[in-house]
Formats: sequence, C-alpha cells, structure tokens
Amino acid sequence: MTTFDTNLTPAELKLSISRLFMKKRLTNFALPAAVLAYLAYVFFAFSMPGLWERASLDNALTLVSDSYSYKTHVTRDNRSGEVSVAIEGERKGAYPDGMAPDWVALGETTVIDLEDGHRVTFGLETIEYVIPGYGAVRATPSRTAGVQAELPAGEIPGWINVSKNRLAVTTEAGRLTVTRNRAEVFRYFAGWELFFFTLDSPYYGMGAGELLQRAATGEGGSIFQDFWTNKMWRHQDVAWAIAETLLMAFLGTIGAGIIALPLAFAATRNFMPLSSIRFAVRRLFDFVRGVDSLIWTVVLARAFGPGPLTGALAILVTDTGTFGKIFSEALENVDQKQIEGVASTGAKPVQRYRFGVIPQITPVLLSQLLYFLESNTRSATIIGAITGGGIGLLLTQAIITQKDWEEVAYYITLIILMVMLMDWFSGWLRRRLIKGEGGKAGRTARKGKAFLLP
Amino acid sequence: MADLTAARPTVNEIREHYTAHIQRKRLYGGILLAVFVALMAAGFRTADDRNAGSFADGFTRVFDYPAEVLAEAAGKAAQLPGHLVHFFPALVETLNIAAASTLVGAMFGTLLSLLATRGMAPWPALIPLFRRISDICRAIPEIVIALVLIFVLGGGPVPAMIAIAIHTAGALGKLFSEVNENASLKPVEGLTSVGATWAQRMTLGVIPQVGPNYVSYALLRFEINIRASAILGFVGAGGIGYELKNAMSWGQGRYDEAAAIFLLLFVTIVGVDQLSGLLRDRLTYGAKA
Repeated sequence: MTTFDTNLTPAELKLSISRLFMKKRLTNFALPAAVLAYLAYVFFAFSMPGLWERASLDNALTLVSDSYSYKTHVTRDNRSGEVSVAIEGERKGAYPDGMAPDWVALGETTVIDLEDGHRVTFGLETIEYVIPGYGAVRATPSRTAGVQAELPAGEIPGWINVSKNRLAVTTEAGRLTVTRNRAEVFRYFAGWELFFFTLDSPYYGMGAGELLQRAATGEGGSIFQDFWTNKMWRHQDVAWAIAETLLMAFLGTIGAGIIALPLAFAATRNFMPLSSIRFAVRRLFDFVRGVDSLIWTVVLARAFGPGPLTGALAILVTDTGTFGKIFSEALENVDQKQIEGVASTGAKPVQRYRFGVIPQITPVLLSQLLYFLESNTRSATIIGAITGGGIGLLLTQAIITQKDWEEVAYYITLIILMVMLMDWFSGWLRRRLIKGEGGKAGRTARKGKAFLLP
Repeated sequence: MADLTAARPTVNEIREHYTAHIQRKRLYGGILLAVFVALMAAGFRTADDRNAGSFADGFTRVFDYPAEVLAEAAGKAAQLPGHLVHFFPALVETLNIAAASTLVGAMFGTLLSLLATRGMAPWPALIPLFRRISDICRAIPEIVIALVLIFVLGGGPVPAMIAIAIHTAGALGKLFSEVNENASLKPVEGLTSVGATWAQRMTLGVIPQVGPNYVSYALLRFEINIRASAILGFVGAGGIGYELKNAMSWGQGRYDEAAAIFLLLFVTIVGVDQLSGLLRDRLTYGAKA
C-alpha cells in the first residue's frame, strides 16, 4: 500500500520530513531558550549576583526567631542599682516593682537562672555569668574606668565580645550585655507572651478553666475588657482594622456594581442606539480602568485624607470601569426573545428591563461581584498600606519598627485567614445564589472572555 | 394521574396561591433590600467617621490635585519628553518585575496544578495538600511578602518579584488545574503504555492540550501583575511606583515629574491590556480571522 503517489524519491521525502522535524524541534527548543534568556537578563538586570551580600542574614534570623518567641529583659541600672524586669523590654510589658518571674530572685544581689547551669548574678559591684563548660565571666562597670572584664584563661571565644566599654556574651541560654550604665540579660521563651492579658491585669497567668469559672460568677465583662484593651497586642485596634479592611472591600465592590450597572446599559449596542454616547461611556470605562488603583488611591488620598473611606472610593472607582466592561459584555449577549415576550404582555420599558433583562444577567452580575469582593479584600489590605487604613496600615507600622515580628506574624496570620474566609464565603454564597443556573452562568461568563480575576 | 384529577384546585385557588407566593417573595425581597441598604449606609457612615477627611468636604476637592498637577505639567510641557525618557528605565524595571514574576509564577503554578489534578498527580494522596498550598499562596497579599523580604533582602526589585510570583503561582495553580480537569487523559494513558516517566507524560501528553489556555491565563495575570508591581514600588520595591512616591513627596514644583509618571503608567497599562486582549482572543478563538 503506497500512500504517496508523488514522483519524489524516498531520499527526497526523507529529507523534507527530517527538515520538518528539525524545524519543529528548533521551535520547541527556541521557546524555552527565549524564556531562559529573558530570565538570565532579568537575573542581571535585578543585580541578583550581589543579592546575597546585600541580604542581611541577621535580619532574617531575628525575624524568624522573634516571630515565634519573645524575650524577657532583666535590666540593672548601674548608677542606682535598681533592677527591672520587662517583657520585650517595653514599658507596657514591665513587671510591677518588686514582682518578677520565678527564675529571677530579686534582692541585694539579684540571681537570674538561665537554666542548664547558666546563672547570672548582679552583685553590688560585679556582674558574674557562670557558663557551664567554660567558667565564670566577671565584669565590673564603673563610671571612670569603663567595663573591666575578667575572663577565664585562654583564647576569647567568638560568642564573647569584649571592649573597653562593653561586654557582650551570647549563649544558647540567653544574652548578657554590660555597659557602663547598665547590665542587661535577655532570656528567650517560645510563644506569644501576654497575648491574652498584660501583667497589670489580675487575670494574667490564669488557666482557661479558672477564667471560665470566674466568667460564670459574673466577671465575664471585666475579663473581656482586660483582653480587649490589652496594650501589648491591641486586640481592639486589630479587630477594628480588620473590620475597616473588609468595609473597604464591601463598600468599594458593591458601590462599583451599583454605579456600573446603569452605565453599562449605555455602553451596549442593543440598548443604546446613540453611538456617540456608547463610545463616550466605553472610553470612560477604559480610562477609569487604565488609571490604576494606585493612582486613584494617591489622588483620592489628597482629597479625603487617610482612612478607610479613601480606600473604599479607590476600589469603587477602579472597579466601576472593570464592572462596566464585564456587565456591558454580558448585556450584549442577552437573549432578545425574553424581552420581546415581556414586551408582548404590554410591559413598559422599565418593566421590560426589570423582568426581561435583569434576570438574565443576574448570575454573571452576582458571580462577578462575589469574585471581586474576595479579590478586593486583598487589594484593600494593600491600598490600606498606602492610604493608611485597616490591617495593611498596622502591618506596615509593625514592620517599620523592625522589632515587633511576633505582631507581624500575628497580622499575617490574620490577613491570610481573613482572605481565605472571604474566599470560602464568596464561593459559598455564589453556589447558594446561582444554584440551578450554574450552567448558564458558566456559559455567559465564558462568552464574555476570560475576565475573572482570581 | 388519579390524584391530580381528584383534587384539582379551582382557578381561584391557584390565583390566591400565586398572589400569596408573589407577595411573600416581594416581602422577602423588600426586607433583604432594606437590610442591604441599611448595611451600605451604616458602612459608609462608619468609613466616613474613621476617615481623616469627610466625604462631603473631600468631594468638592477631588479634582483639585489632578488640576494642580495638570496645570503645572502644562506649564512645563517642554520638559515632559525629558521626564518621560528619564523615567523610562524605572518603567522597564516595573515591567521586568511583572514579566519575570509571571513567568516564574506560571512555572510553579503549572507544577502545582499538575500535582493537584486527579488523574495527573503522581501522588494522588497528596492532592488536597497541594490544593491547600495553592490556596494559601493565593490568599497572601503581595505586600505582606514584599515588606518582609524588603527587610531581609533590602529594597529593590527582587522582593517584589518573589512576592508577586508566589501569589501568581497560587492564582494560576487554581486556574490551571481547572483547565487540566477538561484535558483528555488518553494521551497520558498512551504515553504510560510506552513507559514514559511522569515528566514526559506531562510535557508530551498534557501541556500541548492545555498550552493555549495556560498562555491566555498567564497573559491576563501579566496585566494584573503590572499593576501590582507598580503598587509594590510605592512601598519601596523599586520601579516606577518608587519614582512616583519620590516625585510626590517633593510636592509642588515637581508635579511635572508626577504627571510624566502618571502618563507612562497609564499608557503602559492600557497598551498591555489591549495587546494581551488581542492575543487572548486569538488564543481562545483561534487565528481564523
């Protein structure tokens, strides 16, 4: 059975076939090669080779360790001899005078137990750190002679840093710094301390069972009050910030939908006979969408000042353009027969729209609104960081201080939970509302191009 | 049949039922609408209260700033081309961030989607795990990762690129796995029968089927990522957003620079939108025209 009745010889045929294969092979390699070449260009354009030197590994380490642990500072003022204990060294986390955790024994000489045999003693003159397997490090600070350190004989290990005015010892158990003015010990603990109650609350350190018991006897209000006004973690502010972010997304998305729907009618071929108006409205949508939400945010922040309203309006304006485009595409795909049917019963124009058009586009409308509600929760976080509202602002503030990484971790967790919850909620609502019309919604959405922002 | 004829309702009964039904529906609809309107109004009031400036005050001043910028830019129109040239490298950086993160994100998204699609996943038991991973990647706003990475890596385009790439991987992973569900598994079976490895099955059996859709979604993502990378520049990740922030913080007297940046950003976004819209149309409907 011969397939080719041409006058080509097998050799020529083979040649042309292999040329074709060669071409295909080349394109198959050319595409990945182009991508690779581009990535290589970007690699150098972003000066990635020097990135490793610029990267601060110390920052990364503090970030990671700080996000799940906290440190308690025990500080001795070398002039007055007073010893204070504070969580994270902050005043709002300070232990009241005369109160200390059980590993710190206050007194004439303060003894700090860092566990595993590590022990720091704040004497009257001398500060001593006993390190198992190494020996005792002594330091005597004085105003005139700086810090005089006495180390065990031998070479000074890398984890001890000595100079004329400063001694720093970093071990696995903790960290001791002695300067002329003060001596400070850090001890690290895992967890988020003071998350529920600060030290000035009577409920600090109570178990869940005891709290429940007290709540049952009528102290629920004050327990909640102490938790809600926690100065360290600011639960009240955080809750408000999340509410603001959700509010921005809600007001922006729904407001955009309300404004875009009537305008979308003016941008369709089948509902707007005047081509000049149609053209103008379409260009308006394009313009509003093209001026990015970043620019809108900047412009609106000038007029309204920082806050959630500005964020909501920025989302509203940008999404009006997007919704206008999507809705008008959906409206152009509307089935005329339904409208004719409604009209044949003697319906007035408004009724024709209400009963002939709106029910047809409701699935597209709702599913898009809900998609955007979810995606705008994310945008609201970002816009909040720029305009100064919501959880985005709290996050940027916490990052700028460069030390409250446990709060950063907390906010990030909250943001991710918030977005995932909104994702789930909008998906659930979409399924509930468009039940039974799912097929149609899918079809119309696909007709209007892949415009869904995931 | 017998039941139906036995208890056939009269026309009046049907009408009554229908009217009652409609009235109930209207009542529910009305209540829902009222609640909704109340929610919007209350939300607006709250947002207005917590804002630095009120809506009523600001509304009249919305166009003050654009007018100022435009007036100043018009006054220095001769310098505009110079500014455009000056800021062009920053724009290229923003575009590079968007393009590189889209590419990297699409690669990881492809991998995630293949690992999370039934019938294609090499470890079917781990499908829920990979789905959750892509959910979490999608849920993280870019700014979160960008800010943390700026702290560790220092300012510049790399933190923004990584941040956007992570989000893109999650978002595309989900969309790609929806595309994968519709792909035919027969080529994969065929390749399995000749002893192809998983990587060979995917690259030769699946990717050619889903390629156009992948590219179409990736292009859409590229549009979104340009906007995202401009925004991230504003918080310190380089590119045109950073220049915009600087130009704005100079305040009056440098508004011509801000205007040039606005113009560059606007033209780029509209241009890329149009271009990728055209390309996507060709990919979805074929190049028949």
